[in-house]
Amino acid sequence: MSTAVDVTPPPAAPDAPSPARRSRARTRLEEAFLPPIVAILAAVVVGDLLILSFGQSPGAVYRLLLEGTWGNAYGFGQVLYKTTALTCTGLAVALALRAGLFNIGAEGQLAAGGFMAAALGLLLPAGTPWVLAVPLCVIAAMVGGGAVGAVPGALKAKFGAHEVIVTIMLNFITLALLNWIVAARLHVPETLHTPELHAGKIARLGGPFTGSAANWTILLALLAAAGVWWYLFRTRRGYELRAVGLQPDAAEYAGVRVGGVWWRAMAVSGALAGLGGVNFVLGYKGYYEDGFAGGAGFLGIAVALVGRNDPVGVVLAALFFATLSQGGLAINAVVPKQMVEVLQGVVILAVALAVPEVRRLLRVQPRRV
Amino acid sequence: MIVLTFLLQTVRIAIPYLFAASGGVVAERAGVVSLTLEGFMLSGAFCATLGSHYSGSAWVGVLCGVAGGVVMGLLHAIASIRFKADQIVVGIAINLLVVGLTRFFLHLAFDSSSNSPRVAGFGGENAGSGVMALVSNPLVWVGLVLVPVMGWLMYRTPLGLRIRAVGEHPVAAESVGVPVPRVRYLAVTLSGVLAALGGVYLALDQHQFTDQMTAGRGYVALAAVIFGRWDPVRAGIACLFFAAAETLQIQLQSLQAIPSQFVSMIPYLLTIVALAGLVGRSVPPAALGRAED
Amino acid sequence: MTPPDQSAAPVVRMAGIEKSFGDVRANRGASLEVGAGEIHALVGENGAGKSTLMRILSGMFTPDAGTVEVFGRDVTGWSTAQAIAAGVGMVHQHFMLVPTLSVAENVVLGMEPKAGLVVDRARARREVEELSRSTGLAVDAERLVSRLSVGEAQRVEILKALYRGARVLILDEPTAVLSPPEVQELWGVLRRLREQGATVVLITHRLDEVMEISGNITVMRAGTTVDRIRTAGTTPGDIARAMVGRDVALAAEHDVYRPGRAQAEGRAALEVRDLVVSAHGRPRAVDGVSFEVRPGEILGIAGVEGNGQTELIEAIAGLTPVVSGAVLLDGEDVTAFHVRQRGDAGLSHIPEDRHRRGLLLEYSVAENLVLGQQHRFQKGMGLDRDRINRNAGEQVSGYDIRPTDSELPARALSGGNQQKVVVAREMMRDFKVLLAAQPTRGVDVGAVELIHDRLRQARDAGKAILLVSAELNEVLALADRVAVMYAGRFATVLPRAEASEEVLGPYMTGAHREAA
Repeated sequence: MSTAVDVTPPPAAPDAPSPARRSRARTRLEEAFLPPIVAILAAVVVGDLLILSFGQSPGAVYRLLLEGTWGNAYGFGQVLYKTTALTCTGLAVALALRAGLFNIGAEGQLAAGGFMAAALGLLLPAGTPWVLAVPLCVIAAMVGGGAVGAVPGALKAKFGAHEVIVTIMLNFITLALLNWIVAARLHVPETLHTPELHAGKIARLGGPFTGSAANWTILLALLAAAGVWWYLFRTRRGYELRAVGLQPDAAEYAGVRVGGVWWRAMAVSGALAGLGGVNFVLGYKGYYEDGFAGGAGFLGIAVALVGRNDPVGVVLAALFFATLSQGGLAINAVVPKQMVEVLQGVVILAVALAVPEVRRLLRVQPRRV
Repeated sequence: MIVLTFLLQTVRIAIPYLFAASGGVVAERAGVVSLTLEGFMLSGAFCATLGSHYSGSAWVGVLCGVAGGVVMGLLHAIASIRFKADQIVVGIAINLLVVGLTRFFLHLAFDSSSNSPRVAGFGGENAGSGVMALVSNPLVWVGLVLVPVMGWLMYRTPLGLRIRAVGEHPVAAESVGVPVPRVRYLAVTLSGVLAALGGVYLALDQHQFTDQMTAGRGYVALAAVIFGRWDPVRAGIACLFFAAAETLQIQLQSLQAIPSQFVSMIPYLLTIVALAGLVGRSVPPAALGRAED
Repeated sequence: MTPPDQSAAPVVRMAGIEKSFGDVRANRGASLEVGAGEIHALVGENGAGKSTLMRILSGMFTPDAGTVEVFGRDVTGWSTAQAIAAGVGMVHQHFMLVPTLSVAENVVLGMEPKAGLVVDRARARREVEELSRSTGLAVDAERLVSRLSVGEAQRVEILKALYRGARVLILDEPTAVLSPPEVQELWGVLRRLREQGATVVLITHRLDEVMEISGNITVMRAGTTVDRIRTAGTTPGDIARAMVGRDVALAAEHDVYRPGRAQAEGRAALEVRDLVVSAHGRPRAVDGVSFEVRPGEILGIAGVEGNGQTELIEAIAGLTPVVSGAVLLDGEDVTAFHVRQRGDAGLSHIPEDRHRRGLLLEYSVAENLVLGQQHRFQKGMGLDRDRINRNAGEQVSGYDIRPTDSELPARALSGGNQQKVVVAREMMRDFKVLLAAQPTRGVDVGAVELIHDRLRQARDAGKAILLVSAELNEVLALADRVAVMYAGRFATVLPRAEASEEVLGPYMTGAHREAA
């Protein structure tokens, strides 16, 4: 028996559309850029409302914000400093999302990375040359973050445990553990931080940015971004990782061991977040301080989302959020800097809403990334 | 006497968890991810403080707290159900948003970046933390009674049946005429109210609002939900268990036996263990987090 | 048993129904008339539009055009809630039961009997047990649905519809998941329902069942209604002819079987021994299958979809674990081999669902053309883009893939070209055994010819090909030996010379069951 016409049984979606009226490239651009643009617009609108509620003029406040960040060397240096950690956590979340995994644990992984760097920095003898000490400490940071990241990955691969909850829980556990270690053993009295490291510190950028916290870790962060880009889009493992994130059934068909990709992706993701810890510990203060992460791990999620999980986008988004964060300090005299925190939440929410809505309007197939 | 103090302390600590966990059970059973419990709690705490401050009455504070929970709950519901946004991202966004908003309005209303002035709670200014304070606080009774009530709601009422159906197999529910989006809206808004009440209790019990005063309680409540396998009574027991561990640690503080950090880890460790299936399978509602239907 | 009174007003009348989903026209001018107290069979091939038509009747879809009348009332475009209220209930092919709830809870969901604020469980159980007794649908009201067998779950679905007062019961391929004794039980239930005055519409493609149970038959083909027949006066052959129509002759002209030049000889390239594979809800979806495919031959598996072909292919490919049995490639036992290992051992696979398995729609055509072989296109850690692009160039021209720009994402291609990407990839590499599942699904006629040519060329070059197709014509055009799969087993295996539609038909519909 045969049919002359192959009619797809409903309600399955019909076959892929014939080459559409609007160009494919344009659709992709729209899908990539519209949500962040919508998000920024939403932030501006809400920002206006909050500023007005304080009796100030939005125009003046925004100008003040820009002057305090991109308008002077110190401000921009601070922006660069903040961009560094956000780039690392943003890359961490973006990479995991590319594999279809949600890493909410960047905060703990970042702290663990910072701690491992500090631990090694305290262990190394004081005269160790920086060519040796810095790479070692950086590697220690990435191992620390990677170890924390690997746990949810392995649990998902082995038990199917949902990584969202595990990473959230592990965050608390990691931070509590680190807090205890420092409080019980390692802290300088009257403070919450360790003694200064003997070796492995990273130099400040100096030059025009003297006085700010900007340091050479930003170079590492940018290299990491380049590295992630190359890994995702130029290597075989990256090809397989993205396949798992897009369509696990097809990846399986292609001979990929999905469980292995999961835990490896989480480990690398954790390592990237751990690298972010170096920014504060090695590059700024020279010691590990409890709570130094300061929300960079969670903001990393926003950075990854606004950056559409693309390394270049992540860097740009990190720059954006860093500007916002530093800008808050600049406008604090006029409008409380907490307004910036509200705007951060608004941006994330707006992107979250915009992504499926834009997809629906452009009639693109849904996917996790 | 020590036992009594222990029990009172445990109850005092457990109440916010009980409220939030009840909310978490309802929303997650309906298929909507409840990472927002922390944000709901905080907004309830803040709105209650505002209400109590401007009216001088704890009850007005409660109402304001509930209103805050309704608003945040609806926001979560609209984002997740109407816009079908990724519920995990929405959860994180709302939590961050609430922290920012409470800080911002803390500044606006009280010109402070850390806390509000003292406000009226239940049991008067001098109630302290003895038996009387606890017993005279209506929220304590509501919180305790909530556990069996939620169990009754989920397993005996038509609404509970529909919520469970919607969270497991929304298509099946739809095919028999159950209005899936409406049930979810109701469940999520209810979770907002309940979790907010947890925050209301916190704020009124401490007679003020402090920045980020929920300090992760919303996540502990979520841990209780998961550890309790999305069952209201089991989750309630988990809440009491976590609270007892905290109480134990506080009482043993002087002995320095177990560092507080390790006790604080207990709920989180147990949840991971539960998810890894090491103490029996902890299986979430099948349609959790998927709003496509 | 007297046949129903045909002169009374029909209980259901649908006329001129049009329904499209995007580009796909599922119903074109379809119609249906069912009299009171009938057991009416709605037959047709996969994709003929039967399910769509019934979902319109049950309120799940609204027709683009046409009218629907039930009990003499115009109800065109009504909702499921309205349909249920009016007494029209549908039992779907994929059950809509909540696994974590009990039988009784599932049955009463949405119209729960209440005692004050609470669900009256005792009454719910009583009513369900009542209904169960009176209809002969034996169920345990307190049992969790997740613990039910497929047959029991189906009974619950029927009870659900009857509990809501269904006077017209629509069943979509109900026997697809039942064993023969359960099928007989179902017939008993349907007959009892008819005696109680209910009307039944049965969607099926199994003609033996149609003959057994129905009183009247409506035949659909390609979205429209082509015939109305009284069961008493017809034969499976007549029905089959109506189902298939003239188109057969046309298609057969295009594609004629050409025997291989080389005779199949030597050790079997692919051997399957007593393979048992389970699928969701069906513990023996593949129920002990054994066969060989030799180098230089095409073994075609014919049969209606859903009889275990999918599971068989996925198990041989390594995507589903086997319960028992063995798979051997060129004499080597690969049963424990991972997918990639099987690929390296010379197994190629054209999957039946290109969107789910065969392609990554977001990836470029070039990237898709190395899917499954990406480890062979490495240069150090990176992917050798030059080689990948060269490979793409060869395969795009080799299979006339359009548009030719291999940087385009696969989602930009038409279905037919997407399929060509998959076929090109799997056939233009080194392999010994090819699994080809629905290789020309959704492909335009010209491309079908190209693919068929390539398959024959591969066979002539000494490859072994296992072909699975729901299109009998395709199997007859390509296969050197033809097997029919029915209910998880090979109902028969015949050399091409002995195979024809007339011979194979009965095996495909279970009318002629060979003891396996």
